[in-house]
Amino acid sequence: MLSAGLTLIFSMMGVLNFAHASFYMLGAYVAYTITGWIGFWPALLLAPLVVGGLGALFERGALRRVHKFGHVPELLITFGLSYVALEVVQLIWGRTALPFSPPPSLQGAAFTLVHAPQQSLSLVWGDAPAALCAAASCSKFPLTRAFMMLVALFMLLALWLLLTRTRIGLVIQAALTHPEMVEALGHNVPRVFMLVFGSGCALAALAGVIGGITFVTEPAMAVIVGSIIFVVVVIGGVGSLAGAFVASILIGLLQTLPLTVDASLAKVFQLGPETFGYPLLKLTLAQVAPILPYLLMVLILIFRPKGLLGTRED
Amino acid sequence: MAAVMPSPPPAPSSAAAAAAGPFPTARATASDRRRAPRGSTYHFKPYNVGRWLVWGAYAAALIVAPLLWTSSLAQTMLSQMGIAIIACLSYNLLLGQGGMLSFGHAVYSGLGAYLAIHTLNLVSGGQLALPVSLVPIVGGLAGLGFAALFGWVSTKKSGTPFAMITLGLGELIWSMSLMLPEFFGGEGGISGNRVVGQPLLGISFGPQIQVYYLIAVYCFICTGLLYAFTRTPLGRMLNAVRDNPERVQFIGYDTQWVRFLAFLISGFFAGVSGGLSALNFEIVTAEVVGAARSGAYLLFTFLGGATFFFGPIIGAVLMVVALVLLSELTKAWLLYLGLTFLFMVMYAPGGFAALIMMNLRVAAFGKLRQLWTSYLALGVTGLTVLLGGSAMVEMLYHLQLNEALGPEMRYLGATLNAKSLDAWFGAGFVLLTGLALFEVARRQYKREWDEVQADIDKEIKRRESL
Repeated sequence: MLSAGLTLIFSMMGVLNFAHASFYMLGAYVAYTITGWIGFWPALLLAPLVVGGLGALFERGALRRVHKFGHVPELLITFGLSYVALEVVQLIWGRTALPFSPPPSLQGAAFTLVHAPQQSLSLVWGDAPAALCAAASCSKFPLTRAFMMLVALFMLLALWLLLTRTRIGLVIQAALTHPEMVEALGHNVPRVFMLVFGSGCALAALAGVIGGITFVTEPAMAVIVGSIIFVVVVIGGVGSLAGAFVASILIGLLQTLPLTVDASLAKVFQLGPETFGYPLLKLTLAQVAPILPYLLMVLILIFRPKGLLGTRED
Repeated sequence: MAAVMPSPPPAPSSAAAAAAGPFPTARATASDRRRAPRGSTYHFKPYNVGRWLVWGAYAAALIVAPLLWTSSLAQTMLSQMGIAIIACLSYNLLLGQGGMLSFGHAVYSGLGAYLAIHTLNLVSGGQLALPVSLVPIVGGLAGLGFAALFGWVSTKKSGTPFAMITLGLGELIWSMSLMLPEFFGGEGGISGNRVVGQPLLGISFGPQIQVYYLIAVYCFICTGLLYAFTRTPLGRMLNAVRDNPERVQFIGYDTQWVRFLAFLISGFFAGVSGGLSALNFEIVTAEVVGAARSGAYLLFTFLGGATFFFGPIIGAVLMVVALVLLSELTKAWLLYLGLTFLFMVMYAPGGFAALIMMNLRVAAFGKLRQLWTSYLALGVTGLTVLLGGSAMVEMLYHLQLNEALGPEMRYLGATLNAKSLDAWFGAGFVLLTGLALFEVARRQYKREWDEVQADIDKEIKRRESL
């Protein structure tokens, strides 16, 4: 769900931002600092604004300068930025993980699945009482994840409405495809680009704030989400918003579901260690889970090069 | 139609050189000479002294370098440079000549290294009779094979999608390397022993210097082959695919096929470099296929200069120097590297090679004298900025990492107190003064540079009209 929000920006910006994951990380760190000053809820609002501002500055100072050289230098400069951002974060906040915990109102469980011995599954909103859990097995669904889903859905809806139903969205979409025409109509295209880039970074930072409280806030967090985003974009189809959405859900399922399955090909066919290729066959599905998205990407490229919902084939 | 020229009797030395020349142009001279008596057109091609000089100097540098720097650190570094030169040149075949930005080039060099070390272990186990000096070729073939496999998928697209796909493929191999410890050796990697069998002519590849010369020979041959490739029709087509794919398609070439072939060749040479590194280190760990390695290839190939053939060679030398020396010197080296890269992309997209060539052009027209004061000013102010900025960065790092050692730290021979306001104020003052002066010097330099360029353009026009 998180990468849904992230990828949407990719398609919207037209410029492929290699440092997108770095802005995600920056969001988490800035929010951590602001939380220390004035609390979490203002930070949730302010950190994206700060990071979005930084993104807009970067667009204005650096990206615009190389824009005329074409796509590859644009990609390269964001790639360089990802190095710098990583080092700056380590410089300011240190190399170890930060204790960035969710605020009290988001701690605990959204609902608890209670599996008592006598009855079937039942669902309790919030934390189940300890007495109940002592008698039955409980599995909690953390509130932060529910919050993450909520924000992601809200973000998607808002973005979709903004892009398709408002005048601003119209100008943005037109500026991406026909910049000269939009310029001729009297819009300031460079400023549109700057704002789009800035808001893209802000959304990444918003995802980063929520990712920071849900997972760990550490310098490696950009690397972890970094490459999967690209896979999502390729699978969904470059330039397709809906495709990115579908692909991110698909990838999310693909990464989490196999973790529960502990079967391997060797087990299913009951092969012994002497069979050819046994090391490959004995891997359980849970072990293979990390590479499944990439495998899916390769398959998609072979059989449907434009991606799931893509329209462009280049 | 070229003008028909009277055929002058070619100098005997030229004929001998042309017959022995390794380059296509030299061969063209020979064939032209054969045709000349039949009265067809004759293109006079003078004996290319410059080319022989450059390649001779390159070979001499490769031979002489370990004799000048004899310490074992220098020899290891030189060996690594040789390996890095092949890797960066093969990378530049994609980036500079093909316009393909790959984020997964380490896959091919890394897998080449793995297959090479497995082959080496087979050889030392007595299951395979292969001279050690040919093991890098095995690595190359492995790189070629994997490039055929993955390149078929990734060259379907160009530009940005290509970059994303190579990134995804790189991640795929990287996660697989942790999953298959039988092949990749898990965390510890796979080690081998390069001293195998009877020494031939006293060469056992035990001492580092012998390995260095093996690497140097491979490096020279690979550089030559890659340069020769740029002169083939396929190499030219690759440039055309980079610059104008639509037009190439229009005249009947399959752009995807051209990209794929280039990818294959690049994969082969990357594999050779991987095989050499397997011989050099005698151990291959999973990090050789990692994203950091791919990133380093990209970064330094670009820094060296992707637009010129020799750019990646500069980049490779810089890479080894940065990875070995700079990382010892300061903990913030990645920050400096990233910033240098950013500024390079913004202000000098041609890399160091382009900077050198631009200044050579100025020097060739005898205008460098007008500029040297500006260069001096730029250099001094730039150093000031660096001094102030890096002092602040180092103090920050010191506070972050060496808290236990107290606030005192050594910086360029001086002792700074990282917690005192004095040091911060001083560093900030140096930085700001430097920045202001640098901006002044830069404007002056820009003005003079533009003037000089305009003069040179005028001069070129004047010479043409003569």
